Amino acid sequence: MSRRGKAFGALAIAAAVAAIAVTAAEAHGTSTHSTKLSGTLNIMGFGTNGDDVAKNRFAIAQKAVAPVKVNAPNGGFNEQQFLTDVASKQVPDLVYWDRSFVGTYAAKGALLPLDNCIKSDNIDTSQYRQAALQSVTYKGHIYGIPEFFDVRTLIVDTHVADTSGVSGKMLNTANPTVLKQAALKMYQHNGSQVTRIGFDPKLPEFFPLWAKAFGANILSKDGLHPDLNSPQAIAALTYANSLIQAQGGYNAFLAFRNTWDFFGSDNQVAKNQVGAWPMEEWYYNVLASSSPDVTVTAIPFRSKTGDPINYSTGSAWSIPKGAKNVAAACQWMKTMTNASTWETVANIRKAAYAKNGQYWTGLFTGNAKADAAINKPTAGEPKKWASIINTVENAEHYSFALPASPASAQFNTAWTNAVNRVLQGQQSPTQALDQAQKEAVAAIKAATKK
Amino acid sequence: MTRTPGPGDRARRWASGFRERDTWWAYAFLAPWFFGFLVFTAGAMVWGAIISFTNYSVVAPTHGVGLANYRAIGSDPYALLALKNSFEMTAIYVPFEMGLALLFASMLARITRFDGFFRTIFYLPVMTPTVAIGGMYLLMFNGPYGLVDQFLGYLHIPEPYWLTDPNWIKPGIAAMLVWQVGGNTVLYLAAIKNVPQQLYEAASIDGASAWRRFKDVTLPMISPTLFFTFVILTVYGLQVFDQIYTAFYNPSNAKISSDTSLMYVIYLFQQAFDYLHMGFASAMAWLLFGIIMVITVFQILVSKRFVYYEGEQR
Repeated sequence: MSRRGKAFGALAIAAAVAAIAVTAAEAHGTSTHSTKLSGTLNIMGFGTNGDDVAKNRFAIAQKAVAPVKVNAPNGGFNEQQFLTDVASKQVPDLVYWDRSFVGTYAAKGALLPLDNCIKSDNIDTSQYRQAALQSVTYKGHIYGIPEFFDVRTLIVDTHVADTSGVSGKMLNTANPTVLKQAALKMYQHNGSQVTRIGFDPKLPEFFPLWAKAFGANILSKDGLHPDLNSPQAIAALTYANSLIQAQGGYNAFLAFRNTWDFFGSDNQVAKNQVGAWPMEEWYYNVLASSSPDVTVTAIPFRSKTGDPINYSTGSAWSIPKGAKNVAAACQWMKTMTNASTWETVANIRKAAYAKNGQYWTGLFTGNAKADAAINKPTAGEPKKWASIINTVENAEHYSFALPASPASAQFNTAWTNAVNRVLQGQQSPTQALDQAQKEAVAAIKAATKK
Repeated sequence: MTRTPGPGDRARRWASGFRERDTWWAYAFLAPWFFGFLVFTAGAMVWGAIISFTNYSVVAPTHGVGLANYRAIGSDPYALLALKNSFEMTAIYVPFEMGLALLFASMLARITRFDGFFRTIFYLPVMTPTVAIGGMYLLMFNGPYGLVDQFLGYLHIPEPYWLTDPNWIKPGIAAMLVWQVGGNTVLYLAAIKNVPQQLYEAASIDGASAWRRFKDVTLPMISPTLFFTFVILTVYGLQVFDQIYTAFYNPSNAKISSDTSLMYVIYLFQQAFDYLHMGFASAMAWLLFGIIMVITVFQILVSKRFVYYEGEQR
């Protein structure tokens, strides 16, 4: 590295440290906790070995809770470890986990409702995306502070689409007939082997998105009443399954998809192995870093009424019942998820990307205020990535999430198994979803039985 | 007339052993195992038996439910499906593994040069971590793109979709488990090498063909080893977890899980750790224990007709 480069690097590090220090000081200063923080804060699910965004936010939050000693072993949330901790009455003060866990544990009384925490630390819940808040709210109480926010859009390989005679207008989930025609135009095969998927509906994972697009709400807002076998849900599964069956059938389709080098430079877009598919926004980061020259664009997923929709999932922070350092836990959650923290770490990343010649593809969080500030194309950004950031940022406004349910895991298993039975030809969509409905109703009934 | 030793004699003889220093040392060396067994096996089993009569979920208040968990297993379609899947998969796996191990052992028994090298080669896959086997399975058995189907393609044998075709999922899992066939191969090889040579010589003099020598000399003489592995493999087949969970139920691969790949222990794990039904899962564990005990006793009873122990008086 040249002396100039070294100097620039040192300057960037110094700027990052200064930004973290300022943000931490602000966070510390805004705490309205009446008690002075002390002791140890034990965290499960969020260590110090994450990416730059995770590490920098960790540093900011650590300063905000000083002089509290933060104990955060590396590794994601481990349900078995957590249950062992609960059984031995040694629960962590904070858990960082998928929002789908929240309903089940809240219903069993294993989590602290965050009403007091939100009040005492003056946490502005209006800054968080409503869909994210809904998935951590059970019986009117918030049990988690949302962190990341997944946005699902259609990723389109424009080279494949153009050479197949498929226009952007054809790739419209609001018009299933035309979408299927587009899929078949882009689809290629060699005998019984698939060599290119035209359109991958991403089943079973994205069934809730297809169901919503067809007008079904598969779970009531209170998370207590499933509606998996409504005519709309059955129509959605019938259609999404037909896309796969028309492109070689499930066996050949999945076997081919399993060969993709998903995170490598020879990924399915770089090798033109797929025309379009719905996907979480983080995959744009993968493409930008592993194969920045690919020709892609983002198109919003639309419901049959033509409105854009986004099925959102993501992570959250929760406090288990029995946590010993609730005050520090509240301060930590607030700092990790507030707009200024996100903006600080996003700016550090933007600077690092600019220095390395990488493209900024956005950072999508559960904090709407932060996202509005962060997700603007950077100077000199190629139009391709700038347009993708705009599409994803706009899609965030049309988000829905599966509400917190006392039997989330069983509910998810019920519809996942149903979709797989249909894909594998064991049941019709009606039979499969009727069975799933019965299973989900029984599971929720059992979970709410006192 | 000699007196048959009674329980009192045996107890006195056992107690008198403690006059010897070596007895104390023996128990001292055994103590860690006893401790581990009491705490981590017997203790856990007793605790499991207790919570199988409760609604224990770790996180919510616990109360007794009597036999409700055991009754619920009988009316849970997934528990019965998983049990059926486990039996079917085990029924494919055990004969497949034993047959292949016997074939390899018979081949290795004929090798006289570099036999140690070949034994090592056959045993090496046993060292593979079971989780890695599950991951490797996804690559090797991925329809026409996997190594296995490509090999079958060369032989012009139709290539199944092992991961997604309900007709091929259980045979595929059995084939995955056979990856560790080397362990039984080594056992069978040792048993074959212990067959007295004069039996083969006598059979040859009587004009017995190679097949007759194998059927009427080798098989009876190694039948205790075959029986031992038969019992162990049956228990293993009904309890196998790691490889199947990694391949089909790891969150990143869960999209290919299906009713056909749901084995009993996988469902038990889901009930315990995904759905927090610890009481129900414990009842499932005890039921499996009972089923395995019944099968093992049945196997032992049947074995008396087929297993030959050298020096045994009948």
